[in-house]
Amino acid sequence: MKKINLDNAAASPLEPAVLEAMLPFFTEHFGNPSSGHELGNVPRKALEEARASVARLINAEPREIIFTASASEANNLAIKGLIAANRVKGNHIISSVVEHFSVLNQLKTLEKEGFAVTLLPVDQYGLVNPEQLDQAITDKTILVSIQAANPEIGTIQPLDDLVKVAESKGVPFHTDAAAAVGWTHLDAKKTGVALLSLAGDQFGGPKGSAALYVSKKTRIRPLIEGGIQERGLRAGTENVPILVGLGMAAKLAAETLAERVKKSSILRDQLKESLINNVPYLHLNGHPEQRLPHNLNFSVEFVEGEALLLRLNMAGIYVSSGSSCTSQALKSSHVLSAIGLPPELAQGSLLFTLGRQNSADEIPYITDQLNSVADLLRKMSPLYHQYLKEVQNNA
Amino acid sequence: MPDYSDKVMDHFSNPRNIGEINEPDGLGEVGNPVCGDMMKFTIKVKDNRIEDVKYLTFGCGAAIAVSSMVSEMAKGKTLEEALKISNKQVAEELGGLPGNKMHCSNLGADALHKAIEDYMEKQGVKAESAT
Repeated sequence: MKKINLDNAAASPLEPAVLEAMLPFFTEHFGNPSSGHELGNVPRKALEEARASVARLINAEPREIIFTASASEANNLAIKGLIAANRVKGNHIISSVVEHFSVLNQLKTLEKEGFAVTLLPVDQYGLVNPEQLDQAITDKTILVSIQAANPEIGTIQPLDDLVKVAESKGVPFHTDAAAAVGWTHLDAKKTGVALLSLAGDQFGGPKGSAALYVSKKTRIRPLIEGGIQERGLRAGTENVPILVGLGMAAKLAAETLAERVKKSSILRDQLKESLINNVPYLHLNGHPEQRLPHNLNFSVEFVEGEALLLRLNMAGIYVSSGSSCTSQALKSSHVLSAIGLPPELAQGSLLFTLGRQNSADEIPYITDQLNSVADLLRKMSPLYHQYLKEVQNNA
Repeated sequence: MPDYSDKVMDHFSNPRNIGEINEPDGLGEVGNPVCGDMMKFTIKVKDNRIEDVKYLTFGCGAAIAVSSMVSEMAKGKTLEEALKISNKQVAEELGGLPGNKMHCSNLGADALHKAIEDYMEKQGVKAESAT
C-alpha cells in the first residue's frame, strides 16, 4: 500500500545531507566544545558554523542566535527571559488568541503571577489587525508576542506592520516563527523583531533542534543557569550532532528557499484545486493567499475529524485534525474557534502539511481516498441526514 | 493514533446496522457537535423485543464503534434486557476503550435507552434503565 505523509509539520524525514553532516559528531568528533584540549576543537568549530548558517537563514548575526532544544523552549526563553530582564518597566504583555500553547500557557501562568495579558482577536482568516495592536499598547506594555505564521491554518501575519507599531511605541516584539522559518522569506534585521523563535524540524532538520534569535540590543535572562554556554543564556553541554543538523538544514533552506517556496506553493494549489473540485462539502480554513506554501486546512462538513484521520490512515494517508477527539485535552482547536468556525466544522477539520517527499502524482489517490472516506462517514452522519431533510423541506 | 483495540477497529472499519428506521417505534438522541459526538438511535419493537435497531453517528472512531456494538448487543433482546445494557458493558465487549474516550464517546447505551424510553412513553409505560 502507498504511504503518503501529509503531516510533515508533525514530523518529516531528515534530508540525507543533514544526517550525513550529523553522524561524525556522534562518534569521531564526540568532543565537548568547552574542552581546553583538542578534542573540543572540531565540535566547537562545527557548532559556530551551525550558528552562522542559522543566522544567515534569517539575516541575523551569529552571536544573536541562542540554540535551544525546541521552539517551545525558545518561546519560553523569549517571554520569561525578557520579562525577567524588564520587570521594572511594566507588567503588561500583548499576544494573540491564535498563538501556540507554548506561548498561551505561559501567559496564563504569568497572569496568575500578576501580569496583565491582552490577547488580540483575529479575523475570519486568522489575521491580527495592526490597528488593534496599536490601541492595546499602554505605557505598561513590556512585550508583544505574535506568531509569524499559524502552524494550523497557515495564515501569515502582517509581521512588518505589526512590528512597526510596537517599535513606534518602544515595545520589544517577539515572534514565534517556528511554522514560518524555512518556508517564508524572514529577515529578522529588516523586520526589526527583538526576539524570534525557530524550529529545525520544520525545515528538514532533526527534532530537538531549535533556536531563539535575540537581537543585539535586547536583554533577556536565562531560564537555565549554569555554565556559560550560549553566552550564559542557556547552560548545559551543547547537543552538537543535533545542532550540526540544524545548521545543515538551515544552510540548505537558505540556498534553496525561493525554489522550495515556489515548488511547494504549486503543489499545494494543485492539491487544493483537486480536493475542492472533487470532494463535496469542503471548506478551506485560513487565508486563501497569505498562507504558508506547504499548508492546507479543510473542514469536511457533517463528519468528524478523528474518524476521517483513522480512515485515511487505513488508506496509508497521514494527516492531522483539530477535532476534540484528536486532542489530548479533548477540546477542539482554539485556532478554529478563534476564526469563528462553528463547532461542527471545527470537529471536521483536516490539516495537510506538505514536505519534500510529496509530489503531484499522489494527488489523484489522495483525492479519491478523501472523497470515499468522507462519503462513507457522511452517509452515517445524523447532521448530514438532518441537512438532507432540510433541503427536501425547502424544495 | 489512539490506543484502540482490534475489536474497536473492526467495528469502526465495518460498522453494523447503519441507518435510520422509517417511522420508528422509538427514537433516542445523545450528544452534540460541541463535544464532538452525536448519536441517533431508532428501534422497531415487536412482541416486547427489539426487532430492528439502526443508528446514525457523528463522531470519532470510538463513537462509531460503540454505536455499532450497541446495535449488535440490542438486536433481538427484550426491552428489559436491552435497558440493562450499560455503557461499561459496551466498552468491555469492545475490548476496552482508551481512558479519555470512556465518557465522551461511550454514549451508545444511553442513546439506546432513550429510544426504548421513547417507545415506552408512547405506550404509557415508565422505563428503568441501567447507565
